[in-house]
Amino acid sequence: MVDKVLEKNVKQPAARPRKRKVRLEWLGVVPFLTFALLFLILPSFNLLIGSFQDETGNFTLANIGNLFQPFILNSYWLSIQVSAVTALGGVIFGFGLAYASIRGGLPSWVRGALMTFSGVASNFAGIPLAFAFIATLGRTGFITVLLKNMLGVNLYDTGFSLYTFWGLSLTYMYFQFPLMVLIIAPAIDGLKSQWREAAENLGATSFQYWRYVALPILGPALLGAGVLLFGNAFGAYATAFALTGGTLNLVPIQIGAQIRGDVLHNPNLGYALAMGMVVIMAVSIGISMLLQRRTARWIQ
Amino acid sequence: MSFLELINIRKSFGATAAVEHFNLQAEKGEFISFLGSSGCGKTTTLRMIAGFEQPTEGEIRVGGVNITNQPPNRRQIGMVFQSYALFPNMTVADNIGFGLRVVGKPATKIRSRVEEMLHLVDLPALGRRYPHQLSGGQQQRVALARALAIEPRLLLLDEPLSALDAKIRISLRNELRAIQQRLGITTIYVTHDQEEALSLSDRIVVMSKGRIEQIGTPFEIYNYPSTSFVASFVGTLNILSAKVINADKGELEIAGHHVYTAEPLNHHSGVDISVAVRPENLEIGSNLVESHNTIPVSINQVSFLGAVVRVRLQLADKTLEMDIFNSRHLKLPEVGTEIQVSFPKEACLVLKGS
Amino acid sequence: MKKQRFWPIMMILLGAIYFLLPLFATFEFSLRERRGEYSFDSYNYVLSDPQFRDSFVYSVALALATIVVSLILIVPTAFWVHLKLPQLRPVIEFITLLPFVIPPIVLVFGLIRIYSRPPIVLVSTPALLVAGYVVLSFPYMYRAVDTGLRAIDVRSLTEAAQSLGASWLTILFRVIFPNLRVSLLNGAFLTFAIVLGEFTMATMLNWPTFGPYLALIGQNRAYEPAALAIISFGLTWICIGLIQLLSRGSQEQGQLAGTR
Repeated sequence: MVDKVLEKNVKQPAARPRKRKVRLEWLGVVPFLTFALLFLILPSFNLLIGSFQDETGNFTLANIGNLFQPFILNSYWLSIQVSAVTALGGVIFGFGLAYASIRGGLPSWVRGALMTFSGVASNFAGIPLAFAFIATLGRTGFITVLLKNMLGVNLYDTGFSLYTFWGLSLTYMYFQFPLMVLIIAPAIDGLKSQWREAAENLGATSFQYWRYVALPILGPALLGAGVLLFGNAFGAYATAFALTGGTLNLVPIQIGAQIRGDVLHNPNLGYALAMGMVVIMAVSIGISMLLQRRTARWIQ
Repeated sequence: MSFLELINIRKSFGATAAVEHFNLQAEKGEFISFLGSSGCGKTTTLRMIAGFEQPTEGEIRVGGVNITNQPPNRRQIGMVFQSYALFPNMTVADNIGFGLRVVGKPATKIRSRVEEMLHLVDLPALGRRYPHQLSGGQQQRVALARALAIEPRLLLLDEPLSALDAKIRISLRNELRAIQQRLGITTIYVTHDQEEALSLSDRIVVMSKGRIEQIGTPFEIYNYPSTSFVASFVGTLNILSAKVINADKGELEIAGHHVYTAEPLNHHSGVDISVAVRPENLEIGSNLVESHNTIPVSINQVSFLGAVVRVRLQLADKTLEMDIFNSRHLKLPEVGTEIQVSFPKEACLVLKGS
Repeated sequence: MKKQRFWPIMMILLGAIYFLLPLFATFEFSLRERRGEYSFDSYNYVLSDPQFRDSFVYSVALALATIVVSLILIVPTAFWVHLKLPQLRPVIEFITLLPFVIPPIVLVFGLIRIYSRPPIVLVSTPALLVAGYVVLSFPYMYRAVDTGLRAIDVRSLTEAAQSLGASWLTILFRVIFPNLRVSLLNGAFLTFAIVLGEFTMATMLNWPTFGPYLALIGQNRAYEPAALAIISFGLTWICIGLIQLLSRGSQEQGQLAGTR
């Protein structure tokens, strides 16, 4: 996806004199467009309409207004916090890893191994990931038991719990940082070693190189990746559900509960809740695309 | 004591030596080219001067001071890279001023120096552009201005023109030389292009397989190549095998014909050696000047190249090339005919190591 | 210029620990079924559980159906857009990226709302789930095919085939498909990995696939979830490994994301 975002849309000029033929050619994309309309666009549009209707089908803005009740605001706020924390952690840790493997002077198999691991780990999410962390950091998990037996420390007495904010964030990190590694590797490759040499040659220290050259060049890519990671965590349902069983008040969990039964006592408020999520996702993905495009101009 | 001294430099990567026995003394203001094919060690040597590589052995001195162990950011040596290496996130002006900014020069000083540099490279109006908005030639000018802005003690250029179009390459080349002479800055220029090296340099260092083959002025390198590598690398050459008949008289036998060199030979009679003749030294006709060598050949092919006509000649089992200048009155030789060609004794180069 | 390798090595070590420790812990945990000794009892339990086999087979069938439908929709469309309608490319690209903006939990919400009442009722057939999965596969499948098409000169190949008298079907099946083999397999394996572990849509539409089975075991058993996590991890590894094996040599990193 990132490559797609990076590349410019090369619009080839349409052939003008063949107007009549163009109509027939459009038939070739009808199956795809029909499918997308039926199973992607209409369902989303339907929710959008629903979020502006009351239960009798009349237009209203009340649902949007009702989003601002504390319970729903809290779920958005918690989702935003989890997404922001894991995106930030993922960006820092993932960038460090990718940079170390590409520019750290390590043998090249390190990079190959990291890329493969990242490909697997960024796809290893959902229920099995929750299981893995329960087996690691749950009440009888490997590390919890190890700490208790070796050091006499009971992790759960210190206030830590896998089933709370920080536990969930730690679990999300498992797919966040590998995703970062995959996204940012091309940008690090694009960071020419001559830029560093040119900077040194002109008298810059290592710090000045990072401050004035490397970070500004990578800045949009880092920010774009961060926003993408944010959206990635924001839409996650399965991991959170399997880990906390719905006790954490996250937006996807609330939408899930709404689908299973009318917990908000107003289905249209549920649609508005889902639309609010789409808006946040759309804004984050949009920002990410813009930023990636800007980097693409610098790093060919 | 010379301004730049490279003393017995050796650089090895693992077991292989990239550069060996490299000795060079450059005077202040000199323009020196390192010429050789890729992998000959010329760029490695340049990078050692810049400080990006550490010599395994030997010493680098600038102005009598040993800089071998100085980090690159303390050397005050400007470098221009093949791929320009402009910082894409900065404007042209910010690029040029970068070296002054990192050492904390005041902003007004930086601005006036940038302005001066932009005029020097003839891009006065482009200070606010970004590198990706410039052509390759303009980018390389900016790179040059950036390297010169810090008033470097030495200017290093690593194949700066090789990424550019032929036309821009030549005009920028002339401009580069003019700027270098105006500033009087000692310059090392790495290239694989013999024409560039010949036209730009005060002296050329021809390198092969990590060693210096010959150091000399363009004139010396072209006319008096000291090794067969130099002779064949610089310019086109017809290389012929010959047998020494009479060393004192400089008499040789080539494909059954007797040929004389200008100087006596250091070889024993009967020894097989290689001699070389440049295409432009061959002329149609016999005994044009009495002392010239003359050999009979047949004409294989005539290619009209514009200013020059290149003729392929057959001498026994060897193919020779001859260049003759075009003129309106030139009668092109016909393919298949037998003719005599001659060349001066001095043009008959005996190659070392043959 | 000797680089300091201390920090890079520390960084990689830290990453390796973060990556491997949970796996090791999960494996160790999965062996704890018997008191006081390690055993593979939990694996035995899972593998001999008929529900495991049924749900797994069901998910595999859904995955295959998804791949077939997705290929049939995406390949001719991408090919046609490349060849005849380049001006439509941004639109198609935008649509295939929409599933990143509309998370599965929202999409399934919309699907249920539309297709649970007339005129079209689809919630009672697994076709709706497959349709949802096809939508999820759009970004990956389109990207894989698009990259593949870009690597070959579609226009010249098509025109060459046409000039030799080939029909459109012949061109697609004899010329384009063979040249896209690696890309198509890439997209297919990634789709397979995604569908196999998908939970959100399956549980909301109430189909007994592998994902909901995992959740069920997670609620009822202690050590078996760990065994299942290891099995899932192995399956993901196989899919991604096959993709990497296929695209060895080419630079692309095709596998971003899955179902969270």
